[in-house]
Amino acid sequence: MDKFTTLTGIAAPMPLVNIDTDMIIPKQFLKTIQRSGLGKNLFDEMRYTEGGAEIPDFVLNQPAYRSAEIIVAGDNFGCGSSREHAPWALLDFGIRCVIATSFADIFYNNCFKNGILPIVMPQEVVDVLMTDARKGANARMTVDLETQTVTTSDGQSFGFDVDSHRKHCLLNGLDDIGLTLEKAAAIDSFEAKTATVRPWA
Amino acid sequence: MTAPRTLYDKIWDDHVVHQAEDGTCLLYIDRHLVHEVTSPQAFEGLRMTGRIVRAPEKTIAVPDHNVPTTLDRANAATMTEDSRIQVEALDKNARDFGINYYPVSDVRQGIVHIVGPEQGWTLPGMTVVCGDSHTATHGAFGSLAHGIGTSEVEHVLATQTLIQRKGKNMKVEITGSLMPGVTAKDITLSVIGETGTAGGTGYVIEYCGQAIRELSMEGRMTVCNMAIEGGARAGLIAPDEKTFAYCMGRPHAPKGAKWEAAVAYWKTLFSDDGAHWDKVVTLRGEDIAPVVTWGTSPEDVLPITGTVPAAGDFTGGKVEAAQRSLDYMGLTPGQKLTDIAIDTVFIGSCTNGRIEDLRAAAAILKGKKIAVKRAMVVPGSGLVRAQAEEEGLAQIFIDAGFEWRLAGCSMCLAMNPDQLTPGERCAATSNRNFEGRQGRGGRTHLMSPAMAAAAAITGHLTDVREMMAETV
Repeated sequence: MDKFTTLTGIAAPMPLVNIDTDMIIPKQFLKTIQRSGLGKNLFDEMRYTEGGAEIPDFVLNQPAYRSAEIIVAGDNFGCGSSREHAPWALLDFGIRCVIATSFADIFYNNCFKNGILPIVMPQEVVDVLMTDARKGANARMTVDLETQTVTTSDGQSFGFDVDSHRKHCLLNGLDDIGLTLEKAAAIDSFEAKTATVRPWA
Repeated sequence: MTAPRTLYDKIWDDHVVHQAEDGTCLLYIDRHLVHEVTSPQAFEGLRMTGRIVRAPEKTIAVPDHNVPTTLDRANAATMTEDSRIQVEALDKNARDFGINYYPVSDVRQGIVHIVGPEQGWTLPGMTVVCGDSHTATHGAFGSLAHGIGTSEVEHVLATQTLIQRKGKNMKVEITGSLMPGVTAKDITLSVIGETGTAGGTGYVIEYCGQAIRELSMEGRMTVCNMAIEGGARAGLIAPDEKTFAYCMGRPHAPKGAKWEAAVAYWKTLFSDDGAHWDKVVTLRGEDIAPVVTWGTSPEDVLPITGTVPAAGDFTGGKVEAAQRSLDYMGLTPGQKLTDIAIDTVFIGSCTNGRIEDLRAAAAILKGKKIAVKRAMVVPGSGLVRAQAEEEGLAQIFIDAGFEWRLAGCSMCLAMNPDQLTPGERCAATSNRNFEGRQGRGGRTHLMSPAMAAAAAITGHLTDVREMMAETV
């Protein structure tokens, strides 16, 4: 997993609530056995006509936002299906950070496993960031994970919360499985105990 | 004397392998269910790092999401190339890593959330995960069950644990009894209508109250299945005699002395009086009506007697979302829900693909003909299908004009050829009405099996209670 430390980039405004993972990556693209290559189908049904032509109005098709690295969105981003293809598609497109008033749990968790930073901000801050994002390609937002701040193109700075374990893993690009396997002895003893107290499990 | 605990607290406490200073826990996983769509990258990850499946005996795989449900599916040509590769990858991964497996050719194959309980893999007090958000279904047994992403699938395969932080406790109580024609699906949709799709975010829900107690195990699975649609990763119901009776004798349920010990433990699995709840929602069972969804979010729920709302009826970001839904769904504010014409009826899914669901639909359909363009029943498993044939339900569906399919997820998520075409309007017993969920441009109205059957007969959304009155 790639580290996430700081990011200065273009933010795409998506002022919609309940952007679900079916929207982010429709099911016809889940038939892959790889993690890569999904970026071209990110938001497929909002981004392309049925014939495959780009829909010019869609934010990521607009010249200013084609190389966006941040998305600013409404409530409950990533709701619905647990498909990790959603963060894979975002990442493959180049999105490393999503800022919203709230996220669905599974999606939020999946982001951290893939080097994407999801940031929860209150509505009034999201409103400010949305306005900044609407300025287009000349307005670059800065996200600093170490200091836990988001700074707009005109220098307004806002703090955010992030779980300390997740922050540590993201800053260092750590693989969870390797960390857990260091606790193999604890897992062994848990299994031994369970075999006695809950032998049916 | 320990402080009073909720059911969730108790299951959590019994599965903590390690707790870090910052509160992050390593939680032991008792059952890991696997399907073809969210697992290939996880197995590939194991291969690349030379890791093995730590507990293959606790890992159960079944292909369900993109397998065809047509009767000719034994012929591999019915699958698209990419679907076939995914199913073959699962075949190979199950074989290579020695995990329990129900291939497409096995009569026990079906939707992973129907197969788990049916085979007795899911038991009270367990932690159950799967790379699928509807894993919440298994909470009906009083097990802590939730969906995970593919990275976590790999983590569980390699370590049989998950890194977790504890969620908050939410109680959803349904008091009193349901009225005739009202089902578990109406409960779960009504709760989401009340709390919104983010109302449960960060919580584990425990459903309780008389109306929940009165539900069968299958009804309880329907309720818990859609906890995720309310934002909660997991929904739970405390186990009781109905739960024990359901589990007893299933192939992987304990037997003899182990069974006795298990039941004694399961009887301790309830929320103590005085346990702390972070949020409480109460609905009166008598107030719940047969409901349908009108929009493109599962929170867009209305009683069938209602009318299509206007965007102006909402506030905040929901105004724009409601307008977008109305446009997508092709509906006009003020239109009576019962005036909405239906093209297609889909009965099935992990929400409503069990035998009681098929019985409820068949009771409405018996001796009638469909008035929609197409209708299909997709049983949740091969065993559900066999039982429905034995009970004569299959013939009722066929006589009414339904297609009688093989088991799978089918048109719930339309990964296989069962898809809506743009503008096609479907009465569905599944769980999501998102844009494009059942096929690009497809319009989904969620409802109970009885309500879907009623819509099939009349060709428009229908209050099943009127139809029940006719048959009395």
